Amino acid sequence: MATTTTQMPIAKALTAGMRAAMAADDKVVLLGEDIGPLGGVFRVTDGLQAEFGAHRVIDTPLAESGIVGSAIGLAMRGYRPVCEIQFDGFVYPAFDQIVSQLAKLTSRHAGAVTFPVVIRIPYGGHIGAVEHHQESPEAYFAHTAGLRVVSPSTANDAYWMIQQAILGNDPVIFLEPKAKYWAKGEVDTTAAPGPLHRSVVAREGSDVTLVGHGAMVHVLLQAAQIAEGEGTSCEVVDLRSLSPIDWAPVVASAQRTGRVVVAQEAPGHVSVGSEVAATIHERAFYSLEAPVLRVSGFDAPFPPAALEAVYLPDADRVLDAVDRVLAY
Amino acid sequence: MTLLATERAEPLRLLDAEGALVHDADTERWHAIADELTIDDRIAMQRAMVLTRAVDMEARNLQRQGKLGLWVPSVGQEGGQVGVAFAMRDQDTVFPSYREHVIAHVRGVEWMQIIDVFRGARHGGWDPADTRGCRIYSLVIATQALHANGYAMGIRMDGAVGTGDVTADEAVLVCYGDGASSQGDASESLVFSKTFDAPLVTYMQDNKWAISVPSSTQSSTPLHLRAAGFGHRSHWIDGNDPLIAFAVGRAELDAARAGEGPGYIAADTYRIGAHTTSDDPTRYRTSAEEESWQRRDPIARLAAHLREQGVEDALLVALDEEAADTAADVRRGTLAGGSPASDMIFDHVYTDPHAPLAEQKLALAEFEQSFGEA
Repeated sequence: MATTTTQMPIAKALTAGMRAAMAADDKVVLLGEDIGPLGGVFRVTDGLQAEFGAHRVIDTPLAESGIVGSAIGLAMRGYRPVCEIQFDGFVYPAFDQIVSQLAKLTSRHAGAVTFPVVIRIPYGGHIGAVEHHQESPEAYFAHTAGLRVVSPSTANDAYWMIQQAILGNDPVIFLEPKAKYWAKGEVDTTAAPGPLHRSVVAREGSDVTLVGHGAMVHVLLQAAQIAEGEGTSCEVVDLRSLSPIDWAPVVASAQRTGRVVVAQEAPGHVSVGSEVAATIHERAFYSLEAPVLRVSGFDAPFPPAALEAVYLPDADRVLDAVDRVLAY
Repeated sequence: MTLLATERAEPLRLLDAEGALVHDADTERWHAIADELTIDDRIAMQRAMVLTRAVDMEARNLQRQGKLGLWVPSVGQEGGQVGVAFAMRDQDTVFPSYREHVIAHVRGVEWMQIIDVFRGARHGGWDPADTRGCRIYSLVIATQALHANGYAMGIRMDGAVGTGDVTADEAVLVCYGDGASSQGDASESLVFSKTFDAPLVTYMQDNKWAISVPSSTQSSTPLHLRAAGFGHRSHWIDGNDPLIAFAVGRAELDAARAGEGPGYIAADTYRIGAHTTSDDPTRYRTSAEEESWQRRDPIARLAAHLREQGVEDALLVALDEEAADTAADVRRGTLAGGSPASDMIFDHVYTDPHAPLAEQKLALAEFEQSFGEA
């Protein structure tokens, strides 16, 4: 079969993915703030209300708990709601509805009722915005049983993973790397690249494994490029899924290189990076030449935008960790 | 349109505390609806209340004897609850909080399904498809108000309102208390349901105490006035009068199913028992207050009405005997109830396959088996 690839930015790949999901199943409905005529503050739902109607692309009152709680009720009625949370730092008013309701209701019903609800959250820094607009809340959700948590880093993954998230029968926290919304990539609309919860090697290398997710993958690829010029071969693993984590490619890479750096924008304490480090130590201990090192945001609130470049790990901080992991 | 049907000094009632029918300028339209209740319907309402009261008392005893982890008594609030339960039509859905045992019973939830939640055997306990739309209890206060709204939005999106067929068009009832009215989710449900004209009726039971805090702390404005401010058709009723609860509940559910948007019923009632078996009401309220409300007991009230309607005492005695048998069944069932299999920890956390949890389930099974092999 001939493949059809199209260049598009991540934001447009998400739009196209949701359009395909909505066309395939009229139970797929979108709920959120400003997602109708405006197309969302990032324009990810651009044109969808005009195409599918205001009854399927629903501008809600401005209340995040109301959005998620109502989506839960819609799921009970047989719908597949896709909620848009406007920014990462605005998800917390919905926290109870996500972690105590949505995450646990399938179990509470002993499987008699399913909750195929997707919650899209643009997350992460690098956009120079005011407080609450640049956070990385993934650990809260990855820690919560009953949720699935994923984050695409490429346009192709964005196009396919949003559809897979909508098709699945469990709640999915879908974290969108907003700093990379306008990064273009090839999208192959003929075939999915693989299952939703699969981690992949984004760049092959032999000396050090770099592990990350979302926008951080772009930083890791940049660091690997620089390292190559300095004679160090870095492999980059894109986690794609944060809950569950597909460990096999991560552990296999760690076994090949013996040295691992895991990087994330989120604070490091009790984070996805901590879980990656711990699991590699458990499963690849005899292959390791050095402890797994973490590069994270600091254990401090996300700073004013003037300091975001200091707070967020960049290629230099990743390369510093590469130097340290090589020094063992 | 007038959102408030009446500005009254007293809540609407059709039966006074002695069980006598009340007629005043505001009651006639409600009597017209309540008159649909046959004497058999009224006896069935009484039966549901009497059985629930007996199970309630037995469950409290079982908790005191260490057989239940907790019990949530509904004593005193059965009147309004049975009224709105009978107001629901077959195709309707109810989202209870955790104190609506009469409603759960009327819709078909088995007593042991409720008991299982409180003896620590399950978190939910029933499939709403088997209980005529009675959803499971919700313990985080007012969260179910949003679920009810979403479900009602879905009904409207399905086109299952406003066709004019009251036997097909659907409506949703959500129940909570005066304490819950302070939760953001309660207000968000009022906003969303009005915005989307969802067929949702809120039954707010002002039982005067949110554990130890009086309802005056929740709101200095009567809550039916607050709901009117959200644009809901709003009513203030005697929550210990099954007939007014039926009449207003039926009218509101039918208006909602007709596509007229959401309604709100504030019920003036009283939690005669403790908040839960862990509570001690003597620390925050007077016995004089409790006694004043015991004189307004909904079961005695409807019994007096039934006698006045010519129902024989023997029939009421038979209900008490049936209730004693039901309570004894619940006791036997509770004592015989075993522990669920440990697989329950893992099963149904996810619907689709989930490898890490499957591995943990297997590891636990192997760990448990390792003791058997020693």
